[in-house]
Amino acid sequence: MEFIIAKYNYWVYIVLMMVGFYAMMGKRNLAKKLVGMNIFQTSIILYFVSTAAKKGATIPIVEHGHGGAVHAIHAAQYVNPLPHVLMLTAIVVMVSTFGVALALIIMIYRRYNTLEEDEILELRK
Amino acid sequence: MIERFEDVIIQTVCRLLIPFIQLFGLYVIAHGHHSPGGGFQGGCILGASFILLCVAYDIKEAKRRMTEKINVIFCCLGVIIFSGIGAICLMLGGNYLNYSRLHHLLPVNPVDARSHGILGIEIGVGIAVMAVMVSIFLDLASRGEHEEGLK
Amino acid sequence: MRYWSLENDHFTISQMTTSPFPILIIVVPLISSFLVPLIGWWKKNLCYPLAIAAVTMCVVSSIAILNMVIEQGTIHYYLGSWDPPWGIEYVIDHLNAYVAIIVSVISLIVVISSKRSVEQELPEKIVYFYCMFLLQVTGLLGIVVTGDMFNLYVFLEIASLAGYALIAIGEDGAPFASFNYVIFGTIGACFYLLGVGYLYIVTGSLNMVDLSQILPNLYNSKAVLVAFAFLMVGVGIKMALFPLHVWLPDAYTYAPSAVSSLVAPLMTKVGAYVMIRVMFTVFEPYFSIEVVPVTAVLSWIASIAIIFGCILALGQTDLKRMLAYVLVAEVGYIALGVGLANKLGLTGAILHILNDAFMMAGLFLVVGAIMYKIGIRNIYQFRYLHKRMPLTMAAFTIIGLSVIGIPPTCGFFSKWYLVLGAIDAQKWIFVAVLLISSLLNAILFFRVIENAYFEPGAYAHDGGSPEGITMEEAPLSMLVPIFIIVAGILILGIFSGKIISAIIQFAVPASL
Repeated sequence: MEFIIAKYNYWVYIVLMMVGFYAMMGKRNLAKKLVGMNIFQTSIILYFVSTAAKKGATIPIVEHGHGGAVHAIHAAQYVNPLPHVLMLTAIVVMVSTFGVALALIIMIYRRYNTLEEDEILELRK
Repeated sequence: MIERFEDVIIQTVCRLLIPFIQLFGLYVIAHGHHSPGGGFQGGCILGASFILLCVAYDIKEAKRRMTEKINVIFCCLGVIIFSGIGAICLMLGGNYLNYSRLHHLLPVNPVDARSHGILGIEIGVGIAVMAVMVSIFLDLASRGEHEEGLK
Repeated sequence: MRYWSLENDHFTISQMTTSPFPILIIVVPLISSFLVPLIGWWKKNLCYPLAIAAVTMCVVSSIAILNMVIEQGTIHYYLGSWDPPWGIEYVIDHLNAYVAIIVSVISLIVVISSKRSVEQELPEKIVYFYCMFLLQVTGLLGIVVTGDMFNLYVFLEIASLAGYALIAIGEDGAPFASFNYVIFGTIGACFYLLGVGYLYIVTGSLNMVDLSQILPNLYNSKAVLVAFAFLMVGVGIKMALFPLHVWLPDAYTYAPSAVSSLVAPLMTKVGAYVMIRVMFTVFEPYFSIEVVPVTAVLSWIASIAIIFGCILALGQTDLKRMLAYVLVAEVGYIALGVGLANKLGLTGAILHILNDAFMMAGLFLVVGAIMYKIGIRNIYQFRYLHKRMPLTMAAFTIIGLSVIGIPPTCGFFSKWYLVLGAIDAQKWIFVAVLLISSLLNAILFFRVIENAYFEPGAYAHDGGSPEGITMEEAPLSMLVPIFIIVAGILILGIFSGKIISAIIQFAVPASL
């Protein structure tokens, strides 16, 4: 029981990733595959960000005192900022891939007038 | 194609709000050092303001303010600002993206030059992201048919 | 900071290099790719010279980097002057420099020959074609040069996205094929990102050299094993290793000719390079051979890939689709060399990266020339092609002999090292697989050559007569690159020993 409750962030990310993965593989409609891809990538972003959290930590921004007073910084008080920064890049990649895939769907729809995969494969024969 | 739907309330509210949204987007870009924000987030907000104009009015309305040509120019300009600042640091003798070299150009000490260098890069990223967001939306909303063409 | 230097097999203290070439190889195509739309609007004819100038600068940088690496050993370049592991660094050793020069030279050859076919197939998209082309070259070179795991993911996605866009502007089935590639490629890249994430959680570092120092204490940790599994599957999808190759035939068949010539030889080879990096630099060879015996599994999967690719290629009538399946088999050769896990096998695999890039680029350029001039791709319509395009078919014959593995072409030498490696590992079944696959390749290429060269005595049911066939040879801007590749294949074959002793010998980890 401890295994599930203490690591609940990993369980959430695994469930989301499997839902997205099943949608990408199992659904026949191209737009549903895209939604699955989005869920899949979002779950990975969630996973990374959740590993950055620490107990009782605050956001990783150092206050600028007027007059430039410098005090010691204890790293355990601040959330780990590196995964957040990496995930910013990953979000940009996710949005770009989504844009490219949506443009492709529009091209496919204009050509075949349907978005169901089996109908497209029939029309291509 | 998004049909023009005349609704006075929506149009008036959007017309009042959009300048403030854009101001907030610029604020988010500029305050990337001191609060959550930065180039990508601010660029998204700026792009969202144009998309709000599309949704409230018409695609032609947004295209009058941000033509396709300006869109592509902004996108390329944004990336060139980013890589260009890095290349300027390269030409001033340091490594790529070593902003402390910018103290030869700007009248600050090397540590502050790093801070200003990052701000320059975030501005480039913000411009590029804004142009790309608007461009993606216009392509998808007009279903690929651009009435005016690109020239 | 102490660095593990592969060629000396001990810790050395390396200094950062001050030469700008490791970063120029990335910055020049990146800035040029965004200058191309701006300049192309002003004058459309300037895009092509700008693209050639940018890729030439890449070739010059890669030659300079190779010289530096041969003289000094591994070079390190810190981005932003932040010391690793806090900053991103570019680490270039012999393997990196070798693959970088392959990528830039092939890109230069393809971009020179791309002008005519792009004008014919994509008349209104020339400006954006060159923009995406340069972005793809940036992405591929970035994957090769970088020494940071997450930076590799960013460049991998740059290259992949440019590839999706370039493939989708092809002929009729191209958007659907590109959509399949998008779904598959995203899964691959996300698995790679997951692997990097697991490694980061366990070690706290993203730098490849730093990881190789921290990881040996953690080899019995489950997170590290899962990370390795995710990394291998993700890279396998990008590399089109059987059974993850399903996206490849459709995507490379329906793409435009210039795009196939660029993406087909390079994307899979760069994926193979990433696999070698992950297996032998980030994780030690001991891990990949003993702790998780992935090399054993890889060699079996690779042999199935070789046989499967050749047999499926036998059933194709479209020449481009046949070449796509031959590409699947060629990736199998490289994976077999890696899977044999001894010095000779890995030497054969690394040599095959070079040879296969040249052979595939040449073959796809020949198909592009035939499509440009005559417009047919069905093998059985190639009658009298030796009279209509004699020089192109001669080049095709020589490149075909190289794929089969006939000396003195380069294909023979890499297959020779692979066979030697299989004999050294005492796995006779892989020797049999390599020899049978050469036979199957011979059947494939001689079928095309027979249709193009010999008069159809047996099936002349339309009584076609040879008069009235004029010579319509491909234009010079397409012929000269093809002949450069043919000359390259012969020269690389003759100088294989020199290449191995100067470069590849240092790229193979010493503990194998």
